[in-house]
Amino acid sequence: MIPQKVDYKRAGSVAEALSLLSANPDAKILAGGHSLIPAMKLRLNSPSLLIDIARISELRFIHEQDGGVKIGAASTHHDIVSNATIRELYPAMAEAGELIGDTQVRNVGTIGGSIAHADPSADWPAVLLALGATINVEGPAGAHDIPASEFFTGFFSTALEEGEIVTAITLPAPSAAHQSAYKKFMQPASRFAIVGCAVAIVADGGTITDAKVAFTGVSDAAFLDEAVAAALIGQPAIPETIEAAANAAAEGDIHINEDHFASQAYRKHLAKVYAKRALVEACGL
Amino acid sequence: MSNKFIGKSIKRIEDKRFTTGKGRYTDDIVLPGMTHAYMLRSPYAHARINRIDTSEAETMEGVVAIITGEEVSHYSVPCGWQVNFKNGDTMKEPPHPLLVKDKVRHVGDAVAMVIAETREQAQDAAEAIIVDYEVLPAVVNAAEAVKDGAPLVHDDVPNNICFDWEIGNPKAEVDEAMDGAHHITSLEFVNQRLSPNAMEPRSYIGHYDSVYDKYTLYTSTQNPHLIRLLMCAFVLGLPEHKVRVVGPDVGGGFGSKIYHYTEEALVTVAAKKINRPVKWTETRSEAFQTDAHGRDHVTHAEMGFDAAGKIVGLRIKTFANLGAYLSTFSTAVPTYLHGTLLQGLYTTPKIHLDMTCAFTHTTAVDAYRGAGRPEATYLLERLMDLAAHEMDMDPAELRLKNFIPPFDGVEQPGYQTNVALQYDSGNYHGVLERGLQMLGYEDFRKAQQEAAQTGKLLGVGFSTYIEACGIAPSAVVGSLGARAGLYEVGQVRVQPTGKVSVFTGAHSHGQGHETTFAQVVADRLGIPMEDVDIIHGDSDTVAFGMGTYGSRSLAVGGSAIMKSLDKIIEKGAKIAAHKLECSEEDIVFADGKFTVTGTDRSLGFGDIALTAYVPHVYPQNLEPGLDFSSFYDPKNFTYPYGCHICVVEVDKETGETKVKRFIAVDDVGTVINPMIVDGQIHGGLAQGIGQALMEGVEYDETGQLINGSYMDYTMPRADDFPMFELDRQETPCPHNPLGVKGAGEAGCIGSTPAAVNAVIDALWSGGFKVKDIKMPLTSERVWRAMN
Repeated sequence: MIPQKVDYKRAGSVAEALSLLSANPDAKILAGGHSLIPAMKLRLNSPSLLIDIARISELRFIHEQDGGVKIGAASTHHDIVSNATIRELYPAMAEAGELIGDTQVRNVGTIGGSIAHADPSADWPAVLLALGATINVEGPAGAHDIPASEFFTGFFSTALEEGEIVTAITLPAPSAAHQSAYKKFMQPASRFAIVGCAVAIVADGGTITDAKVAFTGVSDAAFLDEAVAAALIGQPAIPETIEAAANAAAEGDIHINEDHFASQAYRKHLAKVYAKRALVEACGL
Repeated sequence: MSNKFIGKSIKRIEDKRFTTGKGRYTDDIVLPGMTHAYMLRSPYAHARINRIDTSEAETMEGVVAIITGEEVSHYSVPCGWQVNFKNGDTMKEPPHPLLVKDKVRHVGDAVAMVIAETREQAQDAAEAIIVDYEVLPAVVNAAEAVKDGAPLVHDDVPNNICFDWEIGNPKAEVDEAMDGAHHITSLEFVNQRLSPNAMEPRSYIGHYDSVYDKYTLYTSTQNPHLIRLLMCAFVLGLPEHKVRVVGPDVGGGFGSKIYHYTEEALVTVAAKKINRPVKWTETRSEAFQTDAHGRDHVTHAEMGFDAAGKIVGLRIKTFANLGAYLSTFSTAVPTYLHGTLLQGLYTTPKIHLDMTCAFTHTTAVDAYRGAGRPEATYLLERLMDLAAHEMDMDPAELRLKNFIPPFDGVEQPGYQTNVALQYDSGNYHGVLERGLQMLGYEDFRKAQQEAAQTGKLLGVGFSTYIEACGIAPSAVVGSLGARAGLYEVGQVRVQPTGKVSVFTGAHSHGQGHETTFAQVVADRLGIPMEDVDIIHGDSDTVAFGMGTYGSRSLAVGGSAIMKSLDKIIEKGAKIAAHKLECSEEDIVFADGKFTVTGTDRSLGFGDIALTAYVPHVYPQNLEPGLDFSSFYDPKNFTYPYGCHICVVEVDKETGETKVKRFIAVDDVGTVINPMIVDGQIHGGLAQGIGQALMEGVEYDETGQLINGSYMDYTMPRADDFPMFELDRQETPCPHNPLGVKGAGEAGCIGSTPAAVNAVIDALWSGGFKVKDIKMPLTSERVWRAMN
């Protein structure tokens, strides 16, 4: 648990962070450090330089934008769960954020760091997928946006290109009948998700007109489960619909994780149970 | 004895420094010129070492020395307890080298120690050492290890059997009793391996003073004198008077810091070799791989009953896993600390345990909180609840029917078991009846029936346990193979001003001795607690000691202090009689005053202390000074017992288990500090329920440790539990001066089967008639039991 020798620089701006990153290709961006530092202590990751972006003020903000919310990448989990607008518009964000780590972790860990790290069991990716978020990215070629649905590409991997950093997450304006929920079955040791299910539905006059259901912990990256969504859209928001839709979860051609806490069969079963529980809550049943 | 402090929840004196981050642990100590060591460890469970090349590492920045197995091959760490085979042959005791040179035998086995100016440099250099391993097949399960053809851990130990052993009535008598049984409850189960997880990792500093030719070892130990004895006399061959061992503040042990570890000897040897202090502190990953583990039994047990539900016999076959090497008390745990407790609280007339202890390619297994007694309790209490289910009887009634009748050990004699022990005193019905009352048993069963119709099943599990602690009468343990006595030492030094320094051989690593012992001393002498200082943990300061484990500190260490206090008072009375011009017999000592009986003429404790050191007016033939040391060797073990009741709720859809209530009614004898005893029970319950529902070291078939971090090994947390509901019954121990029995292990010994039984009961209430679910009862395992 002793890291190798590493240099440290605190960037004062996004521009400075990007320039340090391009000058030091094997540097790592440090924000809250809750994933990176443990990996370094185990010598699984040995960057030559840490570029600390945690105190860049232009990265730590939460503000309303076009009826939605834009969250700076260096916002801590606590910043997010304690934001009244987020709590009101996106209950799934608050539910997920409150289940991350413990108070100390939530006070230091950041949303940008979490999604850039892309742990297959992290909570935020599922929620961002279900809410249809956009990831705002800046790199040597300038700024651009990546839909969450294209961001999480695999096991600890993302659509970020060399030299790019996440600057913000944009959550779209929810429609009037929008509801969301996040339910998590925790791995008892780490309290990461064995199964985390985020759902966002629009139920208009008792009929589900739009639905997104996303899982984390189930496969090598968080994913949108189209089959569950398809079984919901156009159907009445009643227990029978939910039961049938939840049973479609985690089927098809996807890799299912397994470990000494949960086999593939059990994880698959939990995905269905947790889809049901999240949908029941979102539908107010 | 006054009772100003005894029985009161005095806040812990030591907590001021602990809660403000001012504790002084071994790793906090910095000595001039100190170097840092890093251990290079095997990534394989079993491999031949063809070559170790340190040449590149030796040239690296900051490297001071590299020690490999060849250099220390003449040293071997001994086992502290000899157990013989059934046929009388001595147990197999293969060498336990400080560093391996030929063959590694578990993941984490050390092959080199690198010493450098910084810890980082030492690790960098260790990573540059080339070890050519030839990987060999491994065996990790004790029952598998003894089979013909299993890979051998030590080439000269056939079938990996360290020894076989038995206890109880003759096997034929037990077989006969079982043949006549109306019903036999039979259970095959694993009492899984646990990692001790003390908050402070092991840490050692070796120091050699060439001017005085004297060694000092700072060590995170539970017993500094025992480490000195083992290291000097049995490993390094150093003269004890030239070695000082200091166990400063120590952050938890749970048994894992009793043992003499190879790194203690290595830093000592290395400090002399380089003539500079050497510090080694393990990482948490190393703690998982190298701190001695606990439990790991594979058992087949059968309990026979007559038609009325009376137990007629108990027959057990167990394979105990000792790991790759013998640790200090490895061999005593599955035998004398386990087999001797199989009477439990019951009148079982015939008992036989057949035990085989085996080596495997895993970390050494030794005492972990409870040590053998939790395994015995688990076995008995799982059988009792299962038998009740199978015979359709009430588990509480089945116990009440089989309990040993109440006895106080004074009017009624102690209870002689079929497995060697004589219980001191107890009222076993009392704790169960109180537990049932706290539970509201009838209401619970109604609620359980209602819950069975919903998605959440309710279950209740019982455990009525007994333990033998206050370890131990030296003559008894000596006759059983212990290579040490298990008395304790207590010295009371009254200073000229009447302030008191107490030196104890017990060692506090979380138990609160500085408070509890001071309560006892202050009340015995009738002085304020602030006038008492409890000193422990330094072999140059404290005359001798056997340390803290087996819930012995107060029962044995406290009794030694009481003996010295008696001597102080007896001498004080002589001085008082002289000064008050009366005969010694006329002096009564109470509330800190020596008084001429029937008069108001008295002298305070402080006056007598001053007189003892300024002996101008003083009895002839009496030595000056007021300072006594005593050895106390207990007459018997002490026998705390109790009743633990667990209520769980099981989610039928997911198998997730929540502990809803936990009731513990314990009899730990006289209680000196109720708050500290409650704390001990709480901690023990967390570890015991932790074993049932969360914890468990897992190796794969190649011997890789697959959950050696807190990301993968589930440690119980406060929010996993409800508020514990505690009560006590106080039956004083009849054979020690304080009447105390010991409270350190009770929570951990009683609670595990209660939690497992509760889950099984919940499942039966839902119509799932399962006999066993493997511990820890993860959600998936419980779910599978229902699907």
